[in-house]
Amino acid sequence: MASLRMMLEKPWLWSFVGALVVWLATVAFTGGYGAGGMVTAALSLAVFTVIVGVGQMFVITLGPGNVDLSLPANIGLASAVAMKVMGGSDSMIVVGLLAALACGAAIGAINYLLIWALRIPPIIATLSASFVIQSVDISYGRGLQIKPPPGFADFTNWQVLGIPVLAMLTVLFTIGAALALQRMIFGRSVLAIGQNIRAAWLAGVHVGRIRFLTYTLCGALGGIDGALLAGYFRGANVDIGNEYLLASIAVVVIGGTSVAGGKANVPGVWGAGLFLVLLLTMLNTFGVSAGVRLVLTGLIIVGVITAAGGEKAVR
Amino acid sequence: MTAIAPGTLQKSSQRGSAARARLLRGLLPALSLALVLIAIAWLNPRAISYFGFNLMLNLAIPIALATIAQMFVIAGNELDLSIGTFVGFVGCVTATWLRDAPLMGIVVLLGSIGVYALLGALIHLRNLPSIVVTLGMSFVWQGLAILVLPKPGGKAPDWLLSIMSFKPPYIPFPILAALIIAAVVHFGLMRTSYGVILRGSGGNAAALRRAGWSLLRTKIVLFALTGLFGVLSGMALIGITTSADANIGNGYTLLSIAGVILGGGEFVGGRVSPIGAVLGALTLALAASPLLTFMHIPPDWQVAANGAILIIVLAARVLISRRER
Repeated sequence: MASLRMMLEKPWLWSFVGALVVWLATVAFTGGYGAGGMVTAALSLAVFTVIVGVGQMFVITLGPGNVDLSLPANIGLASAVAMKVMGGSDSMIVVGLLAALACGAAIGAINYLLIWALRIPPIIATLSASFVIQSVDISYGRGLQIKPPPGFADFTNWQVLGIPVLAMLTVLFTIGAALALQRMIFGRSVLAIGQNIRAAWLAGVHVGRIRFLTYTLCGALGGIDGALLAGYFRGANVDIGNEYLLASIAVVVIGGTSVAGGKANVPGVWGAGLFLVLLLTMLNTFGVSAGVRLVLTGLIIVGVITAAGGEKAVR
Repeated sequence: MTAIAPGTLQKSSQRGSAARARLLRGLLPALSLALVLIAIAWLNPRAISYFGFNLMLNLAIPIALATIAQMFVIAGNELDLSIGTFVGFVGCVTATWLRDAPLMGIVVLLGSIGVYALLGALIHLRNLPSIVVTLGMSFVWQGLAILVLPKPGGKAPDWLLSIMSFKPPYIPFPILAALIIAAVVHFGLMRTSYGVILRGSGGNAAALRRAGWSLLRTKIVLFALTGLFGVLSGMALIGITTSADANIGNGYTLLSIAGVILGGGEFVGGRVSPIGAVLGALTLALAASPLLTFMHIPPDWQVAANGAILIIVLAARVLISRRER
């Protein structure tokens, strides 16, 4: 009974329950075959969603209307930048990662600059920025066929005891993000702004600076994600980030973060990320066609959101 | 933003300049379109002709209809990120069932408007974020489109082809159609009493509820109208392209949002303008490819041009609004 109440109080647990149910359904279908491999694959793919999901979570927590729609374009450009800087040589891996990070952070900073200078809703600011970034990427990354350095490609695929090392590092990163959110001035300020921006401002929170940092952080995470994706999939691509627009928003909401802002949850991002990846694996295992898979993915996301429900507006 | 109330001194002159700024702001969509037209006329005078407009504004009708569709949800403080794939789905149905089995095609299209109405009800009743719901729905529409038409192809019904290739005297058809769309929607949303209620649901929902209006109903009506104009957009698109493809409408989501904002709409407060939205759509349609082609800008930068136009217009709006206060 007590555990049931705990479940109801912690909606983010549902995302892990959902992931488990989907995994069990798939394992039951295959008769236990490939159960472990599925977890390994899910972990390595979920990493990419979790990294951008955490960035998107901080942005969404800033309050209604705050969302970063430029992530796909950002990921695409950063993946090209990383591959070009690395140039296929192992000695340039760190420089390439830093370049991708800087590229993403610059995009995040420009996003906030547009929001601040033009006083436009973040949706439109990040949308118009993404138009421009997309073109830069198409023009910059045209015909780019640089393979990632072997060391980097191996690193992104490196596993220890069936657990991807990248996933372990990402777990450490998410623990850090959770600490930053709940125990550091930055995170508390983000939460305060999301709950009531005016009250936060009156209480002395540097609203502008915190929002700037949040957008820059989200952009930087998108950049690093692009570099890692290019390593994992052995090459940069303009469309490499396309699916992360929906995925980054979906994991945040399914993971129990409030879309109204001011309430965030880091573990839920992991649960939701695993849930989404395992869901795709399940549908692929069942052998449904691409059309059915898209329809079911969409319906399940809408269904989960409906079941989780939105909170009543505070006012 | 200076939130300090203006002094009582010089009130009348301030009011005069505020009114001027507001007028300028209202004219901004028309000014941006004029600017793009002047640039085109300067670069290639021959394009400004009956034939030239027919060519350049070829795809403006479906873009304008999709923009109007987006405008209805934005009027209710929501956002539809699925309109692009919905237009694609409608296109696939139009190019297959509407031609081969018209009755079934009509039922499916009406049913999809019903789905939109249900989404409106769901979003209102469960207090869901429309961004997430419609993002999920964008997958559903895309999947359905692929199921209806797995490979690009199909053919538009003949009656649709003849409507879309209509050549009225003197005024090019796209311009005539844009005028009609703008006039009809402007009358319905800005000049009827229920139109005021619909916009009020975005402006001040609490006041509307206390006055006894059903917010559930306004949301359902707004979403159903979005579905209706999405259907019209998909049909118009297929009438022009003659065949369909499951991905044909994907770019329309972003174009439609950009069109509404260019046309003077705002994300919150039910402040939208149907005439502005149509002008915004025309500006985007012209600026996207004809202008760039005449300027010899490679197609790579077409998307960037859309983004740049948005940023420039919004910057201009900020400069004007600063005077308005």
